Amino acid sequence: MSTRWQQRGRDMLYPLAAAGLAFLMAAGVLAALGASPLQAYAALVKGAFGSRNALAETLVKATPLLLVGLGICIAFRGQVINIGGEGQMIVGALLATALGLAFPHWPGWVMIPLAMLVAMMGGAVWGGIPGVLKAYYNVNEILSTIMMNAIAVQLMNYLLRGPMIDPVQAQRASQIPQTAALAAAYRLPRWVPTRLHLGALLAVVLAVVVYFLLWRTGWGYRIRAVGHNPHAARYAGIPVKRYTVLALVLSGAFAGLAGMVQVYGVNYRMITDGSATGFTGGAGFNGIVAALLGQLHPLGTIPAAVLFGALLVGANAMQRAVQVPSALVTALNGLVVVFVVSSEYFRRRARKRRLLQQTAASAATAVAPSSPED
Amino acid sequence: MGDWGHILLGVLASGIRLATPYLYAGIGETLGQRSGVLNLGVEGQMLLGAFAAFYVTYRTGNVLGGLLAAALVGLLMGLAMAFVSVNLQAEQGISGIGFYLFGLGLSDLLFQKLLGTVDSVRGVPDAVIPGLSDLPVLGELLFRHNWMVYGAYALVPLAWFVLNKTPWGLMIKAAGENPHAADSLGVSVARVRYATVTLGGVLSAIGGASLSVGLLKIFQQNMTSGLGFIAVALVYFGGWRPVGVLLGALLFSLVNALQLWVQVLGLPIPADFAVMAPYVLTIVVLVIVVQRARPPAALARPFERE
Amino acid sequence: MRRALLFFLAVLLVAGLVACGGTQQAETQAPEEARPFRIAVVMPSAINDMAFSQSMYEALVKLQQEMGGPDKLEFVYSENMYVVDDAAAAIRDYASQGYDLIIAHGSQYGSSLQEIAPDFPNTSFAWGTTVDTFAEQGIDNVFAYEARSEQGGYVNGVMAAMLSQSGVIGVVGPIETGDAKLYIDGFKAGVMATNPNAQVNVNYIGSFSDVALAAEAAKTHIEAGADVLTGTAQMVVGAVGVAKDHGVLWFGTQADQSSLAPDIVVANQVYDWTVALKPMVENIQNGVRGGEAYSLTLANGGLTIQYNPQFDLPAEVKDAAEATIQGIVNGDIQIPVGGE
Repeated sequence: MSTRWQQRGRDMLYPLAAAGLAFLMAAGVLAALGASPLQAYAALVKGAFGSRNALAETLVKATPLLLVGLGICIAFRGQVINIGGEGQMIVGALLATALGLAFPHWPGWVMIPLAMLVAMMGGAVWGGIPGVLKAYYNVNEILSTIMMNAIAVQLMNYLLRGPMIDPVQAQRASQIPQTAALAAAYRLPRWVPTRLHLGALLAVVLAVVVYFLLWRTGWGYRIRAVGHNPHAARYAGIPVKRYTVLALVLSGAFAGLAGMVQVYGVNYRMITDGSATGFTGGAGFNGIVAALLGQLHPLGTIPAAVLFGALLVGANAMQRAVQVPSALVTALNGLVVVFVVSSEYFRRRARKRRLLQQTAASAATAVAPSSPED
Repeated sequence: MGDWGHILLGVLASGIRLATPYLYAGIGETLGQRSGVLNLGVEGQMLLGAFAAFYVTYRTGNVLGGLLAAALVGLLMGLAMAFVSVNLQAEQGISGIGFYLFGLGLSDLLFQKLLGTVDSVRGVPDAVIPGLSDLPVLGELLFRHNWMVYGAYALVPLAWFVLNKTPWGLMIKAAGENPHAADSLGVSVARVRYATVTLGGVLSAIGGASLSVGLLKIFQQNMTSGLGFIAVALVYFGGWRPVGVLLGALLFSLVNALQLWVQVLGLPIPADFAVMAPYVLTIVVLVIVVQRARPPAALARPFERE
Repeated sequence: MRRALLFFLAVLLVAGLVACGGTQQAETQAPEEARPFRIAVVMPSAINDMAFSQSMYEALVKLQQEMGGPDKLEFVYSENMYVVDDAAAAIRDYASQGYDLIIAHGSQYGSSLQEIAPDFPNTSFAWGTTVDTFAEQGIDNVFAYEARSEQGGYVNGVMAAMLSQSGVIGVVGPIETGDAKLYIDGFKAGVMATNPNAQVNVNYIGSFSDVALAAEAAKTHIEAGADVLTGTAQMVVGAVGVAKDHGVLWFGTQADQSSLAPDIVVANQVYDWTVALKPMVENIQNGVRGGEAYSLTLANGGLTIQYNPQFDLPAEVKDAAEATIQGIVNGDIQIPVGGE
């Protein structure tokens, strides 16, 4: 057991070293811009972990990444690529917000779970449409999810400046495209004075749920079977098409929930700046990165989401501290993603070598070690 | 009637122009995907290409130099993507998102530090073809675009020819469909993928340049605003065939041009729904015209010799 | 070997971080006297967007000069904060660092400000564009500012109507809200007041960043017969380029866009936020932390119409524009905007 954890620890070194390399490269740029790289990176670490509030902000950022990432774990295990998280978040949030605003006087313990359910349904529909199109009309999900993202943004813009606009704003000349605020009773409980809300805990719990769903239930088994080898799955009598749809429906549901959590836990209303990222913070895309860095394992996605959240939060803090253009932060994030995902190769190679050594060592007893993965 | 004819002409001409960047990027992506590499970082390559072309043109006044710079930047980005996906066998979905963010950030950073402000260049001139450009209807429709528009359309038959009529095409398709068989026949899968992904990078960057020095003659941060992702989607629309990508790019662009007219004519449709139209129709058309194409069998799968 | 190298790099990184954590602490606070006034601003787009964010950045630079340089006024900024909750984190962080005034330069940040301001009662905040200082919610440390961009829109509209030969005028906008809507509503009103038979075609392209679509929208307007164009937000630079190519006139807003196309830009409505910032700073220095709303108007010089010196504007058009400005300033001209 302890060797396994040692090995896990050693495995973590690869992405960390890769991130370090990316930071080293960006350090050159920082220096060229006249900022001290050391001071900058100190601010980054401090901004992500340096105080109770920093840590809370990191977790707040990680929450939608984890929720979207959980959906991605399901989808990718079913061999469907869901890059529609942005749209699914938006639609989930729109429905949950509409519900909360339509019935402002219910008790919180009734509304919050209901809003979650509605958001998951909204996301499920937005993910399910590409699912159905893929399964029954051979429309590739990469295409349809990209298109569905754009459609969701325009839907949001329409609703937030039309039917769902804050009545106060409707009367003002400027008409800020935002909804009214949700009733105070509907806000997810927070760890005052930070913004860390119950949604973070919920996401962790759901990670465990998804783990059980994928590896301990028939549904999960069949989703994975379809993803692993659709022909064999069909031969085994699994309705492949239905499970393809299911994978995207579940994936969308988690993204929808992420959208709801952003409204009920962070902003308490929906606001649009005209783009998807303005609302989602890019979590629909970044959640994919988190899930893949977490080896598409729901539990592995937890630390991956936290680290990625820390990078995003810390990099913004760095921008504020040393006043470099925010564009550098974006480029740095991209560099880290590329380097970390590339480091996987070295990790795999090291693991393979280790397994070979072990196999050679234990050849006498003829017991092959089982792969720790899956 | 004359009015409607005029509008139709306008929509067609707009659509033909708007399709340009999608074609460059989409054809490049098609070649990459046919050989088995999914590049989601097209948008980042386009932005860097757009900036490089604009900057060099702005400083030197030489558009050809600008295009060359874009090609060079695309080459480097393509090589990087190829290295990461071929040698390091990285998950292509993520590395692409990483390259996208890198290109988005770096192009903006360079823009701020090297230029500082939005400015304009003369850019690629419009075609003036004696005789043809002055034709009554066809002249406006076909023969008065800037030269980069024609380059984009010329790519389609060229890519078709390479894919279907040359040994290179065979090698590309073999690398994407059955890399092990290709390898056993002596085709270097790695080299083929390097070639297509790098060429894809060059074409995406030129596609970006077709905006900054071709259609718009300005540079603004994040000026592609999602166009690179649409280009990737259009590869799927086109069923991995250059002609299919052309049809997809034209459909998307024509509907986009049409929705602009819907607003100009003051039809009682909220602007947001008009803007949605090209995205919705792209999906709807695919549902109606049932697709038979399937992705290359080894798409997004790194190749490892056994 | 390679593993050792990677491990070495990781150690190097950690060591570096620890080391600079130390230097960070070693920094000392500046002495209390001679402390400059400190402003932090959070902006939705880039400081060189030729539009909304640039106008604020330029105002801060100007204010700094007027107040006597960085020794008197120090300012920091976070640009491209289009993610609303990232902006909220930035605002809170700046507040906890003890800035005297924190400006949330985007109406989408209001909701966050309403939540953060009460936690920092000794810090002043400002946001725009709006008139809402949250005084009704019992918050007393928030200023509000807005640009009455419909005023300059109206003046631009008057000139556009006079200069248009075809009577068709095209407008390119992002989404139909906020400052863009105000400007466009004012512009339409100005055109109609001058030439009731004119036709104003408005195209909202659904994005603040899609430069290519903005350009194509401009082309569509030209195809539809427009010979004068205007537009607002940072993606319109694409439309300016098209106007230039086709020799069609352009009216700008938010920042001076003349440099982009000196031959065809007629005039720009330029925002000077110092008109709002100066009284804000004075108020704060006198102990008033919030509660007031400032408007940029033609009357108070916050809005100016800057004619492009390289464009040969007919005298009667310029006279009409000046008369319109006078009319708006003295209240003779009322511009209907707002509501649905």
